[in-house]
Amino acid sequence: MIKNGMGAAVRRKEDYRFITGNGQYVDDINRPNQVYAYIVRSPVAHARLASVDTAAARAVPGVVAVLTGADMATDGIGGLPCGWGIHNKDGSPMAEPGHPPLAAEVVRYVGDQVAVVIAESKAIARDASELVEVDYDELPAVAGLVAASADGAALVWDEAPGNICYDWEIGDQAATEAAFASAKQIASIDVVNNRLIANAMEPRSAIGEYDSGKDEHTLYTTSQNPHVIRLLMGAFVMGIPEHKLRVIAPDVGGGFGSKIFHYAEEAIVTWAAKKIKRPIKWTAERSESFISDAHGRDHVTHAEMAMDENGIFVGLRVSTRANLGAYLSTFGPSVPTYLYATLLAGTYKTPAIYAEVKGMFTNTVPVDAYRGAGRPEASYLLERLVDRAAKVAGLDPIEIRRRNFIQPDEFPYQTPVALEYDTGDYGAAVDKALELGDYDSFDKRKAESAGRGKLRGIGISTYIEACGLAPSNIAGALGARAGLYEAGTVRVNPTGSVTVLTGSHSHGQGHETTFAQLVTEALGVDFDLVEIVHGDTGKVPFGMGTYGSRSAAVGGVALVNALEKIRTKAKKIAAHLLEASEEDIEFKEGQLTVAGTDKAVAFSDVAMAAYVPHNYPLETLEPGLEETAFYDPKNFTFPAGCHICEVEIDPDTGVVDVVSFTAADDFGRVINPMIVEGQVHGGVAQGIGQALYEQCIYDESGQLMSGSLMDYCLPKADNIPDFSVTTSVTPCTHNVLGVKGCGEAGAIGAPPAVINAVLNALAKYEVDDIQMPATPERVWRAIQSAAK
Amino acid sequence: MAAAKAVHKKTTRPGAAGPEELQQQDGLMPTKVSLTLNGEAVSTEVDSRTLLVELIRENFIKTGTHVGCDTSQCGACVVHVDGRSVKSCTMLALQAEGADIRTIEGVATDGELHPMQEAFREHHGLQCGYCTPGMIMSALDLVKNNPDPDDREIREWLEGNLCRCTGYQNIVRAVKAGAEAMRSGE
Repeated sequence: MIKNGMGAAVRRKEDYRFITGNGQYVDDINRPNQVYAYIVRSPVAHARLASVDTAAARAVPGVVAVLTGADMATDGIGGLPCGWGIHNKDGSPMAEPGHPPLAAEVVRYVGDQVAVVIAESKAIARDASELVEVDYDELPAVAGLVAASADGAALVWDEAPGNICYDWEIGDQAATEAAFASAKQIASIDVVNNRLIANAMEPRSAIGEYDSGKDEHTLYTTSQNPHVIRLLMGAFVMGIPEHKLRVIAPDVGGGFGSKIFHYAEEAIVTWAAKKIKRPIKWTAERSESFISDAHGRDHVTHAEMAMDENGIFVGLRVSTRANLGAYLSTFGPSVPTYLYATLLAGTYKTPAIYAEVKGMFTNTVPVDAYRGAGRPEASYLLERLVDRAAKVAGLDPIEIRRRNFIQPDEFPYQTPVALEYDTGDYGAAVDKALELGDYDSFDKRKAESAGRGKLRGIGISTYIEACGLAPSNIAGALGARAGLYEAGTVRVNPTGSVTVLTGSHSHGQGHETTFAQLVTEALGVDFDLVEIVHGDTGKVPFGMGTYGSRSAAVGGVALVNALEKIRTKAKKIAAHLLEASEEDIEFKEGQLTVAGTDKAVAFSDVAMAAYVPHNYPLETLEPGLEETAFYDPKNFTFPAGCHICEVEIDPDTGVVDVVSFTAADDFGRVINPMIVEGQVHGGVAQGIGQALYEQCIYDESGQLMSGSLMDYCLPKADNIPDFSVTTSVTPCTHNVLGVKGCGEAGAIGAPPAVINAVLNALAKYEVDDIQMPATPERVWRAIQSAAK
Repeated sequence: MAAAKAVHKKTTRPGAAGPEELQQQDGLMPTKVSLTLNGEAVSTEVDSRTLLVELIRENFIKTGTHVGCDTSQCGACVVHVDGRSVKSCTMLALQAEGADIRTIEGVATDGELHPMQEAFREHHGLQCGYCTPGMIMSALDLVKNNPDPDDREIREWLEGNLCRCTGYQNIVRAVKAGAEAMRSGE
């Protein structure tokens, strides 16, 4: 194995700057002559703006400008675009109302942007914002799925009767009904997938800057995909061509999906910077993040599984209502449809599936992708339902899964809900997890817990996800309005060091390390001589960014394809230098050798020859050594695995303690096992967070009750156990790296494993349902009501 | 739009200062503050309402100390004040008059990483890096008072430092290893 190449647990290149305090996040950047923006946000969930009077605020010394939605409309600034269109059952398009960055007529959620105050300091901007006098004519609001679906419910949008954005379906309804007609047993379930807030530790921030000499805009922003922001904001909102708009996403402090989307504040600072001809910085306060970052999840679902007499699944029908919030966020409509219902086959051979999804508008913050995005909702529903099916069929939860798994020799496997799985071995992951989690001796541990007055439970989930988004043509046919390829450029410098320009973006994933490992593996260049550049449209030619566990599976493959082009050209140069035939050149560990001889040239000398082409085949080969590849995957990738959770419950208090968590995941081939393990840890922690702690709550009037870190419970160090993590490998069959992606698995597999464990612990009370988060109160009440 | 009973709600804060008053409030008068920052004597002028973290980030441009929340939950802003770990969003800048402040930038000496910093890198105790400076400053205070903390003590101590990336396990490993290295005087 090449040192620091594929498969090595290399320590991260990026760490030095982070552990010494030298990271550079957006809020760490200060531009000359910079001023500060503070956004005036609606304090009510639904209202007509009768008037917005900015005179008093403008009169405050130090205030530079106060701008409103009316000013934006006057300047012809467009609305924030939605990047995915969904069609109704009847083929008509979804309701797609406009989304102005600053509201001019109506506000539709608490936090909706009304005006921006720009001043010489943050403090002045904030003080002056209190003098912006807004007259809100309040309108009735619907703050949740139940209220939005009620007869005669107030409407968020006139053009969306019943508050329905779309009424969508997938699967074969007739075949599914037939399966239910012939079923011997049926399990059914109602679940709520609780609404969450991503809460990346770095709040969002944006700096807009305008160079009037060149007529160029620069936007520094906390984004997972700066090229996508350039595309969306440039083309749809601001009308700025790509060559006049540079978007920089420097060090970004976590994203988890919430930093994919094009947000109003990015457009506001870009627009206003040109108006006032000074750079403008806006940084969210955490409480502001709660009412302005896109939220996640928020589904209500009824589902039924039809089985034959042996517990074999014969049909699944699912009916879901999904909360989209007040406006359509960038990828909001795709999450409860193509990223959710297409995963309802899970790891099972259910032959007939039918799902219908109603996307609903409510007077709440827009909802979009959060770690897993649709797949955690599918996995939670299915893995809870399968446990219930096991009960109905009188089977062990593991046995019913094994009976229904797609078998290793049945790939490629076409599911009834559009996806074709390329490869997998679900039983192998279960075997590994059972062994690592010491499943067989659970009863001993349960008895030991009982001796201390505690209820111990064990729960399992066998999840699958579709990652590596995505083949552009398939995504396009399903409604995506952008391509989903990735681009990578390899620039070999004259002395043999390598600069990689990648369209993927790291906000914690460690691409500067893993992508450098791919370069070292392919070219034999010393790991320390490789630099990965990302997050700047002014440097990186193109890219679609990082989300959906796509960096290795799409961005990594684009990079490897570019590296292959470098290898091919390097062999041609070496053949010339060594006076040999190109076919005879072997390229290994940084040396290009004539096969069977000791004639060799170092890769660094080939690089020098390419840039100082004195002895070079100029008639047939261009000088220089730089190659770009665009890679559009042939299929999604399908990471899958088995998670096992053990909990201990204190029956007197209802407190649930996760005492062990085992994950056996199949991510295909692994580039850096240390980083993969870290991704699993983080994902599982967020999954435990959803299952036990986190809950976004609105009151009836649309006020966010869980609007700060005092009210919204993020898992803390003493809430989370040590994890046991392993991988089982079936390499992806359709990309050259054989990788599948690992970023979201933990958040997908963990919640059902935790809740199944809680229900297992409460089995003696015959509690058969508990909603997430399983707070002490909910658990205690479940025990009390069962005891009666 | 559905028919609605109009409720007028003017949202200017009752009693909010007018523009002239804002200019004249005592709080906006600059006051001098002098302190030691990472071993260097420094002074500047701040408004009396300026937070210590703002002083560090905006007046002295030490941006390794981060702001992750507005309710003193997250711990991204932990620094050492006279040798003790403090959330620098919970102190006014003027309260730091005469204090000895150490930030993450002052932990490595002459480019040589502190063992605790090394341990975070070695054990993959960070991903996005945003919570990391606060974690390291907090961990250093723990080890100062408890040179050999066990997992439970580390997890309880770090209850005031939120991390959204790592799931904490590798942070706990890192702190343990960092403590061990500090004990053995590496």
